[in-house]
Amino acid sequence: MKRLLLAAAALIAAPIYAETIAITGGTVAIGDGSQPIRGGTVVVANGRIVAAGAGVAVPAGARVIDASGKWVSPGIVAGVSTLGLMEGYGMDEVNDTAASKSPFSAAIDVSTAINPDGQRIATERSSGITRAFVFPAAANTMFAGQGAVIDLGADGDPLTRARAFQYVELGEDGAGPGGGSRPAAYVLLKTALAAAANPASADFAHRDALITRQDAEALGPVVRGTMPLLVHVERASDIRSVLALKARWPALRLVLVGATEGWMVARDIAAAGVPVIAAALVDLPEKFETMAATQSNVGRMARAGVTVAISNADISEGPYESYLTQYAGNLVALTRVPGAQGLDWGAAMASITSKPAAAIGMDGEIGSLRPGRRGDVVIWDGDPLELASAPTAIFVDGVAQPMTSRQTRLRDRYLDPVEKNLPKAYER
Amino acid sequence: MVFNKLGYPIVLALALTACANSGTAAPKSASDDPPPGKGKGFDHDPFPSTYRAYPGVPTAIIHATVYDGEGGRINDGTVVLSDGKVAAIGAADLAIPQGATVIDGTGKWVTPGVIDVHSHLGDYPSPQVKALSDGNEATAPVTAQVWAEHSVWPQDPGFSRALANGGVTTLQILPGSANLFGGRSVTLKNVYARTVQGMKFPGAPYGLKMACGENPKRVYGGKNREPSTRMGNVAVDRQTWMKAVEYKRKWDKYESKGGEPPARDVAMDTLMGVLDGEILVHNHCYRADEMAIVLDMAREFGYKVTAFHHAVEAYKIADLLRDRGTCAVVWADWYGFKMESYDGIPENLAILQKAGACAMIHSDDQNGIQRLNQEVAKALASGRRAGIGISDEQAWTWLAINPARALGIADRTGSLKPGKMGDVVLWNGNPLSVYTRPEKVWIDGAMLYDADNPRLRPVSDFELGQPGEGDVK
Repeated sequence: MKRLLLAAAALIAAPIYAETIAITGGTVAIGDGSQPIRGGTVVVANGRIVAAGAGVAVPAGARVIDASGKWVSPGIVAGVSTLGLMEGYGMDEVNDTAASKSPFSAAIDVSTAINPDGQRIATERSSGITRAFVFPAAANTMFAGQGAVIDLGADGDPLTRARAFQYVELGEDGAGPGGGSRPAAYVLLKTALAAAANPASADFAHRDALITRQDAEALGPVVRGTMPLLVHVERASDIRSVLALKARWPALRLVLVGATEGWMVARDIAAAGVPVIAAALVDLPEKFETMAATQSNVGRMARAGVTVAISNADISEGPYESYLTQYAGNLVALTRVPGAQGLDWGAAMASITSKPAAAIGMDGEIGSLRPGRRGDVVIWDGDPLELASAPTAIFVDGVAQPMTSRQTRLRDRYLDPVEKNLPKAYER
Repeated sequence: MVFNKLGYPIVLALALTACANSGTAAPKSASDDPPPGKGKGFDHDPFPSTYRAYPGVPTAIIHATVYDGEGGRINDGTVVLSDGKVAAIGAADLAIPQGATVIDGTGKWVTPGVIDVHSHLGDYPSPQVKALSDGNEATAPVTAQVWAEHSVWPQDPGFSRALANGGVTTLQILPGSANLFGGRSVTLKNVYARTVQGMKFPGAPYGLKMACGENPKRVYGGKNREPSTRMGNVAVDRQTWMKAVEYKRKWDKYESKGGEPPARDVAMDTLMGVLDGEILVHNHCYRADEMAIVLDMAREFGYKVTAFHHAVEAYKIADLLRDRGTCAVVWADWYGFKMESYDGIPENLAILQKAGACAMIHSDDQNGIQRLNQEVAKALASGRRAGIGISDEQAWTWLAINPARALGIADRTGSLKPGKMGDVVLWNGNPLSVYTRPEKVWIDGAMLYDADNPRLRPVSDFELGQPGEGDVK
């Protein structure tokens, strides 16, 4: 009961009051896969989207923001992120993603440690990111733990949904923590799910028990289908093995993460109704399990009917949520490359807004400008997927966000690097 | 013993003969040798390039927007390639040679090939298995003796992606940054070959990879060895340069006055090359204060730092870098992935440009190298939002003539000046747009990528016969 109450509290954590806003005259991207609408209006009240599109009336008393010549979109949703959980790589002291010395794995709950005040949240927010799925990293088993959905608002309450999903590594990254091989990880996964389904049958006291009672309890909602199970796999054969889990546990709400060879089994994924949070542009066999990598992966899966979001999974270019719009734009670029398969603009925009939300069953709550969604709105100075574009205004839950960050402060201090009458430390 | 006593001088003598081109008679003894002359005491090019340009046809691209790579722009421009070179560049009225293949570039852009001054393709190739991890000789903090070309795997699939998606025609492969002195770099044409010699950019000077900051102190501090601190880094650096100065003094004396040749040392050969200005220093360094220390150390020992790589805080000392003539090689917007990158800002490139410092983009990444044009577009836009006015064609210098200068090859490539190598990209739109990709890429006038022709899409040995072979990537 207590857990249910906490979950309910998390769901209504948005500010009770936020002003009524009407953003008019801009090119509006709803984020649901539709094409942008010129001269549209977006209305936000009480922290939620009221309406968006053409011919939307401005409510009396609304604060009107003229977005003529600009673009308006839902806030970007970062489908694989460590925001709030680590301040940077190479700094163990401020990295809470992995716990190799803990007896726990699946039971780990990142929502207890989200820090909304680190520099990354404000910096990434200024690129138009308003929500993120925060992932733990697997360490002592291939179960990484329970991830959270957060907002990037400048307030002390980052949680949108605690324990929003369980994350598990299979494939190459799961073989090690799973005991040393793929089949070892697979049998541990099945053992753990069986223990979760029937805790009374499990022998947690045995000294060789690989997961604890707490881990098994954390997996209860997974086997009951109330918590999505996000599975990181790349290889086509590994994807087939994951899809096969549904035969024994039909309630599982599987989501594939990465899925670089997904195009090879796209029809199977579509038939299983399993969504994918894909690695956006991975096109190299950086691992043997990504041998068939191609930037057309996302487009091919989408064409086969798979719900595909893109993310920072597997990218080597730093953990920057700000790159998501660039990756989505690249998927549009592929539509002009002979033989390649990309996404049209509306689908590309959806791949970083409503699709990640849909993958974990939250597209009724976030990820688009459809009525009733959280009031996460970004006004851009141009096409949001273009490299030169940037937000000019950002709203989270209908609340206008500051547009400054440590980066803008450093920029302002050093636009002219030469010291004047006082050291740089006095310029602020 | 026999080998040591006799073999060494004979090999050396042969090398001297070859180098000095001084007839066929073997000298009676070393002491009778005439002085070989500066830089001729031993072979400086024992692994010479065997790269040869592939055949091309005379080609004229017309009605395209042209960025010449040096800051110039021609709307409705014409670029003519012949004999592997840029033959001419001009406006719509430029004469087109008889028989040239004419390509309509309406709505498209022509630029010089992209140059990545910082890559680990081949020495950290795909797949990233331990057996192919050859980028860091992390067994001692000073490994100036290693040469990156001896680690480069020419079958790295990454070269093909850099070509097809990034329009990269030239790239420098560096050793990693675990060590203070990481070893020699090598500059390659982005053309697959059976051997690394077959990829080497003919006549490009070597580079020396150095590193300051977190990496060396972490790697060796972690082994409870010197250096474990930044002051340890600089101490080991200076001690090493002192040895190099002494080595050079001996070789200078021998090469100018003759006598017994000093003992060779592979590491010291490289450092002497730096002190002689023959090898260019590429120094991995993030923080402004550390770059300033390195610049003073270079002055102490009489060498020049050609470029600081990564340089996320270069914007804080843009004036100092300008005054010392040292380039900053940076990402568009990487920040916060380690403590020394905590202060990275996306205006870095633009602030450097505004200050008049030499600046350029780099990837250091097998994915980023596929999108350097996009990285430039982001850095440019960030600068403009901060009020720094830079034109598109000026920004293109960040991946053309500026990296060519940092690599010492600006007389041969890096811009569309007539007589330079025919390293050219035809883009299917504005290359500073996210929606644009290379349509055709020429290297030395040979078309080696064509989006419209699946046969002009390289497939490395590693990918041959594998799932996805020949797929668009």
